[in-house]
Amino acid sequence: MTLPEGVSRRRVDDRERLATRGEPVYGEPTDGPWRLWDAGRSKLGAMLELGLDTGLTGGEGVLYLGAASGTTVSHVADFAGPTYAVEFAPRPARDLVDVAASRPNLFPLLKDARRPETYAHVVESNLDVLIQDVATRGQARVAARNRRFLAPDGRLLAAIKARSEDVTREPAAVFEDVLATLRDRYEILATARLDRYHDDHLAVVARPLAE
Amino acid sequence: MTDEPTASAWFQDVTPGDADAARDAIDDGGTTDPADWPARAVASGFAADEATYYDRLHEATVTATRAAVRERERADDQQLIHCIRAMDDAERTANELAERVAEWAGALFDDADTGVAGARSVAERDAETAAERRAVSLAERVVDLADEADDLRAYIERAAPAVAPNLCRMAGPVLAARLIALAGGLDTLAKKPSGTVQVLGAEDALFAHLSGRAPSPKHGVIYTHDYVRNTRPADRGSAARALAGKLTIAARIDHYAGDIRPSVHEELDERIATIRARADQ
Repeated sequence: MTLPEGVSRRRVDDRERLATRGEPVYGEPTDGPWRLWDAGRSKLGAMLELGLDTGLTGGEGVLYLGAASGTTVSHVADFAGPTYAVEFAPRPARDLVDVAASRPNLFPLLKDARRPETYAHVVESNLDVLIQDVATRGQARVAARNRRFLAPDGRLLAAIKARSEDVTREPAAVFEDVLATLRDRYEILATARLDRYHDDHLAVVARPLAE
Repeated sequence: MTDEPTASAWFQDVTPGDADAARDAIDDGGTTDPADWPARAVASGFAADEATYYDRLHEATVTATRAAVRERERADDQQLIHCIRAMDDAERTANELAERVAEWAGALFDDADTGVAGARSVAERDAETAAERRAVSLAERVVDLADEADDLRAYIERAAPAVAPNLCRMAGPVLAARLIALAGGLDTLAKKPSGTVQVLGAEDALFAHLSGRAPSPKHGVIYTHDYVRNTRPADRGSAARALAGKLTIAARIDHYAGDIRPSVHEELDERIATIRARADQ
């Protein structure tokens, strides 16, 4: 599996680690123009670190749902093209705006990912990648509703959090249910547990089904 | 594709560089289906090329989102508490001063009405004597206070749903703000048992009851809710108990989760319909 253009492995403190080029945002270590991308703080980083075939090549149009403070989305904007970042909670969105201010291709939006009709007048269609990391019940429904932004050959990269769906059930059972719902609108290409970096999370790579 | 390909685009009615218009469009606009907005922006003349479009989109989204974040962070439950108390103070003081104006104006003019409406008509009079000037000026203060109360109410109606969406949907923004104020905050309201929520605002009656001097109160401020007030007296206790139970759940959802849960609202509607049906038996 190759890393997207603009993402590199840098040797820092005797360890190979992911890095992108851009202005540092959260006090991450840097190596010249490169800033380290900590897989322990980023589910997408963990997907790349684990060698999941994300289909990312660099330069794509991205819609990122659940951008939070902008930690991961700042790295995405470093290697991707136009990047739309949706976050619902005001406090993390405050930091997200600061991260976006120095990145001309990053567009922050204070919106609810469950209601794409509230941002479809801003976010463009035919995007290459939909990245989803929302800690809400109904994560499969969020992916289904936001499918409208994806190009026919686009990719959904989702980090499904078991505890957001049901804190008491076995994560494996929760993941099965979420995948079953996802299959209504997507073809699942790959899945991987992220437990090495993030407890009770499942990474999903999927392609939209033809309407 | 529709006849108006850019009708729903955020930049449709925005002049490049007009940050306020861009903010309103991004905040309040919406459409079902996204489109190739960059291409359409170029076609419609909003931007000379796509690079310029993205520059303008960046500036607009950063500015709009920063402003929206600031507004949402300030519109928290403590602001609501200040607001509802200020609204009550302004209303009460306006009514009190209106009585004084009515007394005074009744002595000066022939056709003076009472209340805030009466003060409004006094405020519009042309004063001819020094005493009339004072009375008219006092009436103007009443009008200002009453207008301030209206503005405060309008602000509560706008801000409260962001703080407590389910509570507002169930109780309306003003009663929701009142409940939050009586509890001291949304977090403290969310931790109260529903029996307490039921009698919030009826503390005097409750303490009279606890000291053995009175029956237990059936309701506090939730009396203003249609589900209590417009249920026949014999069933008001049941209605108040059902309403308080669901309001408590709504406050907990708002505090701990924050999403709208239609089911809790539907359950309340059904329960009240059942209680009211008793009157037909």
